[in-house]
Amino acid sequence: MQATTTLAQAAPRGPSFQERMQAFIKACFAGPLNTLITLACLAVLYFAVPPFWSWAVTNATWDGNAQACRAAGGACWAFVREKFWFSIFGLYPFEERWRPATMIVILVAMVLLSTIRRFWGRKLLIGWAIAAPAMWLLMQGGVFGLSYVQTRQWGGLTITGIIAVYGLALGYPLAILLALGRRSEMKLVRWFSTAIIECVRGVPLISLLFMAAIMLPLFMPQGITIDRLMRVLVAYTLFTAAYMAEVVRGGLQAMPRGQYEAADAIGLSFWQKMRLIILPQALTITIPSQVNTFIGLFKDTTLVVVIGVFDFFTTLRAALGDPNWLGFPTEAYLFAASVYFVLCFAMSRYSQSLEKTLRPETR
Amino acid sequence: MNSTTSSAIPPSRGIIPLPGSSRGLWIQASLLVAVIGLGWWFWSNAQANMAARGLQFGFGFLDRSAGIPIGEHLIAYTPADTYRRALTVGLLNTLRVAIVGIALCTVFGILLGLARLSSNPLLRGLVGGYIEVIRNTPLVLQLVFWHAVLLQLPSVRQALNPLPGVFLSQRGMKIPGLMADTALLVFLLAALIGAIGWWLLLRRERARQIATGDRRSTLFPGIAMLLGLPGLALAFGFVPVVEWPELTGFNFEGGLALSPEFFALLVGLVVYTSAFIAEIVRSGIQSVHKGQWEAARALGLPPGRIMRLVILPQALRVIIPPLTSQYLNLTKNSSLAIVIGYPDLVSVANTSINQTGQAIEVITIFMAVYLIISLITSALMNWYNAKVALLKER
Repeated sequence: MQATTTLAQAAPRGPSFQERMQAFIKACFAGPLNTLITLACLAVLYFAVPPFWSWAVTNATWDGNAQACRAAGGACWAFVREKFWFSIFGLYPFEERWRPATMIVILVAMVLLSTIRRFWGRKLLIGWAIAAPAMWLLMQGGVFGLSYVQTRQWGGLTITGIIAVYGLALGYPLAILLALGRRSEMKLVRWFSTAIIECVRGVPLISLLFMAAIMLPLFMPQGITIDRLMRVLVAYTLFTAAYMAEVVRGGLQAMPRGQYEAADAIGLSFWQKMRLIILPQALTITIPSQVNTFIGLFKDTTLVVVIGVFDFFTTLRAALGDPNWLGFPTEAYLFAASVYFVLCFAMSRYSQSLEKTLRPETR
Repeated sequence: MNSTTSSAIPPSRGIIPLPGSSRGLWIQASLLVAVIGLGWWFWSNAQANMAARGLQFGFGFLDRSAGIPIGEHLIAYTPADTYRRALTVGLLNTLRVAIVGIALCTVFGILLGLARLSSNPLLRGLVGGYIEVIRNTPLVLQLVFWHAVLLQLPSVRQALNPLPGVFLSQRGMKIPGLMADTALLVFLLAALIGAIGWWLLLRRERARQIATGDRRSTLFPGIAMLLGLPGLALAFGFVPVVEWPELTGFNFEGGLALSPEFFALLVGLVVYTSAFIAEIVRSGIQSVHKGQWEAARALGLPPGRIMRLVILPQALRVIIPPLTSQYLNLTKNSSLAIVIGYPDLVSVANTSINQTGQAIEVITIFMAVYLIISLITSALMNWYNAKVALLKER
């Protein structure tokens, strides 16, 4: 007992805060070039931080109206407070706002559950398969006594979440099919999959959105109209599928040949082999790249502005046109940027932590 | 035993059944039927829909007068010109912002990537934070932000003048330009010949070094050629004329003008893409094993040559493929010009669709253009990549 405590005490401990600060300062002034660089950095900070601080904090207005903001001269966070719920729900009917709010709670809960490795498996998939239609029904209504709300009234952060999540949910199975197709031995299947993947990846997302918004209605029989949000989802699903397919293909290629051969040797059929042996491993090792790809796709949801769908950023921009609150674009953009940053940065940190935990297992 | 098993079960060569098996044929045939059927269904619906709107499929509209006013054009253009001309102007605008953007973001990306690897922790931290912020916010947001910033600049009469000859105002940026005349042509030709001369000399010296092991510097004769030939051109009176922008009345005259839209798009694309390139450069250089540095130092190579001869050739193999996709991303992202009103290909095409209703034709045109640009870029990069990879094998 006594011995263990002594051992624990004798164990080397990490450098203290003071020691790390000393090392930091020493590194900053090691040699004339480093000193020069440090001084230049400090100069940049000196000219950038105090003015920003006095604008964003000291002279900022947190409460009140536009006149108060203009009088104070600093940042007008009152504007962001005023428009906060509008930027979340958009033009969704005011008395029904509890529905998108509930949807967001379900969505966040599902996403958080999905980040925990212990829950990865069939149950989670079933959970998503139930949650996704339920969220849509909750938003759209028309059943269980909920009033019907047209998708054109949906907006704000709600619709950003809907496009990202449904695009991924619909695009992911398609991505797996395309990735398998691209590695198929059947020429036609391979050519077709390759053509779809390369064509979608070779053009900007904007052009796919235009295609879905303008060309898709032309391709449908007369009298059938497709909802605008549906058109966005079609384009976004295709885009997600093509980009994810390449990530999944990377995972399929990284599988050692022995895995395929062993599955063949025990007489599994193609789909058994894929479902039980190859895909579980290939998808797991590519999860970090999948998250990274999803970060890009999530940022790209802002592109729906070109066909007039009001996502989070577009809703905030629309709020800038309020005649009572003219002239605070910087505050709105900073707010939007920080929301996107927090979400994307959290995802990228999560992907990095996964990369560390997943690696030893595969080796 | 072994032989009977292998004769009973046909050897599987890959994932999906063999092309010869009847199941494979069956799948392929149904895929073909489905694709053709879907295509035919879309096509017949489209024709019915277009007929109902009084439109006919075809590219005849390209020769009609467009009537689209385009503020920026590299070739002569008036709204009376045809749609073909208008779309070409849009394409040239796309290429202009893409080429300038790729050049600039490579330079800034490498600088940021090296700063990220600096031994100075303060610089490293600042640049790291900056890169994270840029990479984790949407490009559309950044473009709109830069556009708003440019529109808040002072008016033309109070234009900022950060460098001599450079003016920043609400109307965009003015920089000194060179007058396109014979003198400029001769001057540039001389510089080009000088550069080719240096390159030829370098090749000959390298071959000599491989043959004899003797190394001679090409620095002085090279610089003499590169600077001397244009200098000779100047001496013979071929002096290019520099046009300085000057404030006359309400606007600037002379020099090169960059519109606020072009400038905002360029700044946005370069800032965004260079942050991604910085990470690519950083991880590329870090991917080279530490032992390579140590071995090169043990050989007594000076730091500059370690980087050029040992580290970079190996890092480039890692850097080139993702760099290519960043170049393609920048080109594709330039289509976001429509958000801030720069007349690129997609923006002109969108106006054309609204005016003519020929959606299928116009969308086919611009998608084909982007696909061709993508294919050419990746072909070029694959060629370069193959060259770099070969160097490694030797």
